[in-house]
Amino acid sequence: MKTKSLIYYSLISSIFLFSLVSIWKILVTLQGVELKNFNFVIIITLGIAISLLNLIIGEKLNYLIKSTLFALIFTFVDGYIVQAMPIWYNIGIFAILIFFSLKINKYNQKYLASEHSSQIVVFDFLTLFGIVLFSFVILFPFYMMLITSFKTQAALLINPLDFSINFNQDFKELFKSYFVIFDTYNFGRYILISTFVSVGTVIVTLIFAIPAAYAVARLNFFGKNFLSTSILIIYMFPAIVLVIPLYTVFSQLGLRNSVGGLLIVYTATTLPVAIYMLQGYFRSIPKELEEAAIMDKLNWFGIIIKIILPLSIPAISSVALYVFMIAWNEFLFSLMFLDNPNSFTLSRAIQYLSGDAETPRQYLMAGSVVVTIPVLLIFVYFEKYLVSGLTAGSVKG
Amino acid sequence: MSDILSKIEKRTAYILILPAVFLVFSIILFPIFANVWISFKEVGLKDIRIPEPRAKKIVKSIKDNPDQLKVIYKLRNSSLILEIRDVKFQDKLPKNVKPINLDERCRVKSNKIYCEFGNWEAKYRENFQILLKSSDGKQLNKKELKTIKPKLTGKSDNILLNTNFTLKNFKKVFFQNEFFDLLSTTFYYTFFGTIGSIIFGILTAQLVNQKFFGRTFMRSVLLFPYVGPVVALAYTWELLLDPYSGTLNNLLINFQVIQEPLNLLGQKYLTINFFGFDLKLRLALTTVIIFEIWRYFPLAFLFILARLQAVPKELYEAAEVDGAGPLQKFINITLPQITAVISILFMIRFIWNFNKFEDIFLLTGGASGTRTLPINVYEQGFTISDIGMGSAVSIVIVALLLIFMFVYFKLIGKRADEN
Repeated sequence: MKTKSLIYYSLISSIFLFSLVSIWKILVTLQGVELKNFNFVIIITLGIAISLLNLIIGEKLNYLIKSTLFALIFTFVDGYIVQAMPIWYNIGIFAILIFFSLKINKYNQKYLASEHSSQIVVFDFLTLFGIVLFSFVILFPFYMMLITSFKTQAALLINPLDFSINFNQDFKELFKSYFVIFDTYNFGRYILISTFVSVGTVIVTLIFAIPAAYAVARLNFFGKNFLSTSILIIYMFPAIVLVIPLYTVFSQLGLRNSVGGLLIVYTATTLPVAIYMLQGYFRSIPKELEEAAIMDKLNWFGIIIKIILPLSIPAISSVALYVFMIAWNEFLFSLMFLDNPNSFTLSRAIQYLSGDAETPRQYLMAGSVVVTIPVLLIFVYFEKYLVSGLTAGSVKG
Repeated sequence: MSDILSKIEKRTAYILILPAVFLVFSIILFPIFANVWISFKEVGLKDIRIPEPRAKKIVKSIKDNPDQLKVIYKLRNSSLILEIRDVKFQDKLPKNVKPINLDERCRVKSNKIYCEFGNWEAKYRENFQILLKSSDGKQLNKKELKTIKPKLTGKSDNILLNTNFTLKNFKKVFFQNEFFDLLSTTFYYTFFGTIGSIIFGILTAQLVNQKFFGRTFMRSVLLFPYVGPVVALAYTWELLLDPYSGTLNNLLINFQVIQEPLNLLGQKYLTINFFGFDLKLRLALTTVIIFEIWRYFPLAFLFILARLQAVPKELYEAAEVDGAGPLQKFINITLPQITAVISILFMIRFIWNFNKFEDIFLLTGGASGTRTLPINVYEQGFTISDIGMGSAVSIVIVALLLIFMFVYFKLIGKRADEN
């Protein structure tokens, strides 16, 4: 066994343990439990002790017994330090320790003696650490968004760290913020507008993009190469540059505050990437099919409808989902073009809501939940399609 | 025969692409050129409304004379700054009605009144009257008269269409707009945001490229910040970071990491004592950059992961046989495999971050040292209401981007040649 590996192993594993315990402590604090200290020194010491004990005991004990033993020791010591905690806190600590002990079980004296073991140990724990940390950092704001929408302004002012939800209150009280935003702030209407704009954008974009993509993929015409390269360059052009001229022109044409105007802009901004994605897919469809179709005296329209479309359902759905997501999340143009609350999209409505300093934060968060949930659901459900869309069209800001 | 076919092919191709090209041209390319045009003009937000001649019609009965009616048109020029030329007026009369003592600017032709009012200067107002008399002795119908709306037309200068150009806007952009401050803020934001998101992208891609329980779930979770709506995420962060009631500050104070709450989004500088040196950190800008990284590293993650999954396993196996450790494998195999992706990512992210507007706008509104060029476009155009100035700033953005792309392609192109 190398000393270097030993030091790395014990240190990094105890730091990992510390971070797990700390995240648990943060989550516990957010339930309104008073907990003031991470006890860095004690937990690191305990972690080092456990990791060394693990090496000493090795395989003399069954790994389950060993893990339980470690977990019990740690839980008792920790329980003695923090004291007067609800029992579920200790259960959580116990579970974390079981997980940790099972993870360090694979390291033994022989393992640490092997070549590169110190590096491997560091990489192993960094991976674990990364998984825990990244999940926490990413999910935490979403978690806060959801929980805040169930709290009341008064409760949050009394104890800003108490995010426990009282499930004993009746349904109407619990979902009060949601009732308020739908009744008082008209969110039902905004959902409809957002849905209409997004779905409309998807449909119009596809109607424009499919024929164009087919032409770029299959037909020979003057300026084809120029067109296919300029598609991407156009896509890189920033929206903020378009805002002022579009605003002036739309004002003069009376297209501001109209959902139709928004739809046109969204379609134009998503068209280049839709064409780019679709033409790539169309190229992969074997040409023989179309040649046979020409023999059958089908015209181009027929070819697209009867041959290309049925074969490219996956590509079309990924474009559709991607475009839907962009349109649903879009904010800049809706900020510029809409200033009449009757034609707000969801994003714009939430921004409008926040402009009033009096608006309680739980309403704002309830609105945020309402606008976030559809995209996340769609994303999780259709992840396979969306990921390929994202990778192909991922130049979008 | 083939000639005819290729002709048909060409024609079909043009028919197929024309709608898309037309739309993209009018909504994306035309505005870019229009921007150049506007940036050389002095135009304010109020100037872009086209002046219109307007008339409000009021019908009044005359006390002692039931056969007659008085119609008052309140005429005005809607614009406060521009005149309208050749105003023409037209109103329809019911069949049994005749005007008496008609104004000399007007004439009647087949139940319609036509008037020519000439030129109206800005803010012009006039109460124009017509007396109407029944021609067949029947009672005049007030309601019917009211429902007919007069039509007015006129010509006016559209300030956007005349050919008065000036360089004033650009002078202001470079000399009165704290231009270099803006530029350096934009650069910090863009550069560190890009580098940060790429670094975290590499880390997470490396992470997910290994096998562990819950890997697909992890991959979805990592993409959440990127697919979530920016409005919702920005406001959530704002609440999290609030100095008094925000969760982060309260947690940090609770666990005694800091003594005083930090105004992470509202404080321009934070002085940190570092071994006796006072370091000034741009606090709000750093926070905004962290948000930026948090939101956009998933994209880098996705790109790099796709590339990593395409790296042949044999490379790693061979390296293992040669006795390479994880670090060496990462440096000697993984990194060279992903440099191409990283260089593309760098360019894409750099361009997009350079133009990022929503995130900063929603988090700080450009206050406390986070004013970047895109924020300035909005401020100039819509807060200060100087459309011409806003356009000039956006032209500067486009010019800088073009320079960046040019230099970047030169450098990358050279390196690609050498390899």
